[in-house]
Amino acid sequence: MFKQTAAITSMNLRAIPQRIGTSWVIVIGIAVTVAVLVSVLAMVAGFSKTLSSTGRVDRVIVLRGGSNAELSSTVSRENTINIMDAPGVKKDTEGKPVASAEMVAVVALPLKKTGTAANLTVRGVGLKNAELRPEIHLIAGRMFQPALRELIVGRSAMAQFKGVDIGSHITIRDSEWTVVGEFESGGDAHESELMGDIETVLSAFRRGNTFQSVTVMLDSPEAFAQYKDKLTTDPTLTVDVEREPDYYAAQSKQLSKLLNFLAFGVGSIMAIGAIFGALNTMYSAVSARSLEIATLRAIGFGAGAVVVSVFVEALLLSLVGGLIGAAAAWLFFNGNTVNTLGANFTQVVFRLTVTPHLLVSGIIWSCIIGVLGGLFPAIRAARLPVATALRAA
Amino acid sequence: MSAIVSLHNVVKTYTRGKQTVEVLHNLSIEIAQGDFVALMGPSGSGKTTLLNLIGGLDRPSKGEVNVAGERIDQLSSGQLAKWRARHVGFVFQFYNLMPMLSAERNVELPLLLTNLSSAQRKQNVQAALAVVGLAERAKHKPAELSGGQAQRVAIARALVADPTLLVCDEPTGDLDRTTADEILHLLQMLNKDHGKTIVMVTHDPKAAEFASHQLHLDKGQLVEGSVHA
Repeated sequence: MFKQTAAITSMNLRAIPQRIGTSWVIVIGIAVTVAVLVSVLAMVAGFSKTLSSTGRVDRVIVLRGGSNAELSSTVSRENTINIMDAPGVKKDTEGKPVASAEMVAVVALPLKKTGTAANLTVRGVGLKNAELRPEIHLIAGRMFQPALRELIVGRSAMAQFKGVDIGSHITIRDSEWTVVGEFESGGDAHESELMGDIETVLSAFRRGNTFQSVTVMLDSPEAFAQYKDKLTTDPTLTVDVEREPDYYAAQSKQLSKLLNFLAFGVGSIMAIGAIFGALNTMYSAVSARSLEIATLRAIGFGAGAVVVSVFVEALLLSLVGGLIGAAAAWLFFNGNTVNTLGANFTQVVFRLTVTPHLLVSGIIWSCIIGVLGGLFPAIRAARLPVATALRAA
Repeated sequence: MSAIVSLHNVVKTYTRGKQTVEVLHNLSIEIAQGDFVALMGPSGSGKTTLLNLIGGLDRPSKGEVNVAGERIDQLSSGQLAKWRARHVGFVFQFYNLMPMLSAERNVELPLLLTNLSSAQRKQNVQAALAVVGLAERAKHKPAELSGGQAQRVAIARALVADPTLLVCDEPTGDLDRTTADEILHLLQMLNKDHGKTIVMVTHDPKAAEFASHQLHLDKGQLVEGSVHA
């Protein structure tokens, strides 16, 4: 059986140059399908990675009860004191809580790629920001100074937006702010933000004593339950308390779902097209070789060997298409930065991440298309009436 | 000599749309081992159908077909394929060679169904090509061969596994007279010198003269010149 199959398959493959046009239908159809699937899934992977890498398990974000995101939350100044002083919050050497009461606002700035305006987050952060978020490192310029209209810009935001270079001036609420530094924070969501002194930002946006969130560092990850209990049972507070990774994972969930749906929805539609392409190609291949198949069957080759050989050809062509599609997705999309609306209706910049897992998924997808596209032509080849096919020649 | 082909009361019908057409009517023939039989008759007389039944490419609607000591009308498709591989060598009008394979690879095809080693296969292929006088063209592809050479390669392919029976369907139908005669001499040599039983369908009376016996079919029945009837 193996020798028979190998012989017929070898003949089929050698005949491909004679059918190069129709063979490309399979290869290109599947390559495009896989490239689209992998690149959209790379978007999901990159977006999820960006948001899930934001935050630490020993860091907690506190929002007004029922708020889904910081933009819809409000926390009064007096409440921030209770939130920061609750047991479990880490204290610095002076006994002050490592915490930051913050506000976020949006400013519209032009994107470098298109020139169209998009929303960029401006985050006002407290004096303890450096201790609270040690992952933030200045990579150019200097830190903003309290009480001055100065901002530092995240690396991803700088890559995407015009007019945020160090030394640039940004107009926010009729006042001019200067970008004084650039920071990176391991590719997390904060890299898509501008940061400035909280009191100055509050003042510029005329928010008075209303913050939007409080982020605190805990003594340890285990202190979370005690801390949460304390805040949620405090009758003066109505707050939601979440570990940062949980909060950002929830923020990415909806968009990830949508992108997944898009990837598999569009991928499935394209796959159906590719299956028909493969069916058409393999039917014509079987039809073009009906005399050869009938001759081999007459000589004594079994129907099983014929079926397997048609399958192998469809699979190999599909595999080539899958490899080309996966390689194209990796070459053209892996590491590309794109931006999308995040939870605060602001741009989150993230990198498309074509992981090995996605490449394997794309190739498996191509093989499934190949199997389905080869199935019916293979059955047809096996059922070919030998005497009739020989006579038709 | 004992009969190597024996058909008893064979009926073959085909369905064309709603019509059933009986191609062979209660046909009974016997062909002796070592014979060279030419099947003749007008188009539609049933000679190719008869050849297909003898070669195990088709099954009768009724009746018995015994070839090479086996009742082949009762075999399944898979069993028939294996049986053909063991007992029958086919020669077709248009050679039916695989265009992408060289002459020797074409000849080797039936041997891929055996347990012979690669070296043994190569030896047998060379021997078969030598018998048909084409040893020097072993590496050539069908497109590089003349019609007569291609048919010789096809005959070598039919011979290489040493089948009990050679079944030839218009083997000279695509060749000029001179080349046709060369092929017929080759078949005659295989019959006389190598003892091969040959059943050949032909329209050509001159080709039929190379056979030891002629069977004439008309409208699905034997009309004259029977062999051990």
